[in-house]
Amino acid sequence: MPQHAPATDSAHAKAVSTVRAIAAQHADAVDLEARLPHETIDALRDSRLLGALIPQSLGGLGLSLTETCRVVEELARSCASASMVFAMHQIQVACLLWHQRTPEMEALLRRTADEQLLLASATTEKVVSGAVRTSACAIEPAGASFSLQKEASIISYARLADAILITARRGPEAPPTDQVLACITADRYRLDRRQVWDTIGFRGTESGGFLVQADGPNGAIFPDPFADISRRTMLPVSHVLWGHLWVGLAAEAVSRARALLRKQARSAPGSVPAAAPAVVDLVNRLQELRSLVYHAASDYQSAIESWQADPAAAGLVVDSLPFSIRMNGLKLAGSKAVVEIVTDAIEACGMPAYQASGPYSLGRLLRDAHGARVMINNHRLTGANAAWLLVSKDD
Amino acid sequence: MTTTNTTIRDLVAEHGNLGTDVSRLADTDDLYAHGLSSLATVQLMLAIEDSFEIELPERLLVRSTFESVAAIADAVALLQT
Repeated sequence: MPQHAPATDSAHAKAVSTVRAIAAQHADAVDLEARLPHETIDALRDSRLLGALIPQSLGGLGLSLTETCRVVEELARSCASASMVFAMHQIQVACLLWHQRTPEMEALLRRTADEQLLLASATTEKVVSGAVRTSACAIEPAGASFSLQKEASIISYARLADAILITARRGPEAPPTDQVLACITADRYRLDRRQVWDTIGFRGTESGGFLVQADGPNGAIFPDPFADISRRTMLPVSHVLWGHLWVGLAAEAVSRARALLRKQARSAPGSVPAAAPAVVDLVNRLQELRSLVYHAASDYQSAIESWQADPAAAGLVVDSLPFSIRMNGLKLAGSKAVVEIVTDAIEACGMPAYQASGPYSLGRLLRDAHGARVMINNHRLTGANAAWLLVSKDD
Repeated sequence: MTTTNTTIRDLVAEHGNLGTDVSRLADTDDLYAHGLSSLATVQLMLAIEDSFEIELPERLLVRSTFESVAAIADAVALLQT
């Protein structure tokens, strides 16, 4: 059974609560100015949370994935952009942690924990757009090192990143689908901004297009093919962490609706506010969303443990088609639910929620919620699941 | 086995959408390194099931089953015995 205990039960409750308060204080400014939540990132560093997933033996906090998920959820209630930066960083940490087999990568993990480095990702590319499983750019070998030039269509929080994980074709002759992942530290790349980030939601991630010119030692290239890293780690970790982000957003919307309901009930004792039945429905749907996401996270955590106990075992859950279908489905269902819950919370609350600001405003939450359906676009995921369902026999 | 491999090669040529001429690949060459995508793999799976009148069970629907002509032939042989 998935554990439904909130992150506040963990030893890191106090740290998370401090970070949340800072995130909440700056969330509106971050949104309005479309700027990075640097106060929150500093607070995450101060509390060592950027090393959440890294084992204590490597200097990190040694939290499990499900514990890290709860931090994402808590943070999302205060500031979705800050939560997204934290989640995306942890996705890169997971790739390093579970696929590193070179001294360079272990050193980067230790540095990430010790110096609280922030890791970013460059998987999309101008010519292939969101088709992250194909690359146009290639690793250019040069003896013991390599160089790489990529027109990255989106890199989030690039300006603050200390290292970037970049996908590319394995070599100049490799086809677009034969990809590798390289982790390149900031001293080895140059970024030229190509596109400014001015979206309606997640405005504080300061994403955007960049020309990346990089080089690095060969040990900065992951030995595992990107296909394996993507299937076992990058995609499922993304969907599970993001799922918690959607839960946090939906929970905050429902929480504001309930606060308004209490206010209305107090001002008219003896009667039940008209919005009460709608809020009952919202509470139930939030619980459904939470169950969906927590259960998937818990099952993935078990699948990771089996995989890491015996990486060469046949029939690993993380390699199975039903697992990939389920993770895509988690994203599809969760991102749909969060938009519906926030939208219906606005209808239930009426004008106080429709205000652009104020304690019951759901404006920023609604705009952020729509990002859930667009980032790793749902159309693409539906297409992938449609193809896989043609061959998968699992129910 | 040779006939099986020939049929598999024809199916890879038709559905694999590789950037390479399949006849120039060895049976053990990595098809993914020659451009086999996950979406093309699905089409290849369907074509193999149809052509050999078999149903690939869930446990064989993994990347390694389709990594080479020889690997696909092994899977087909397993299901035909």
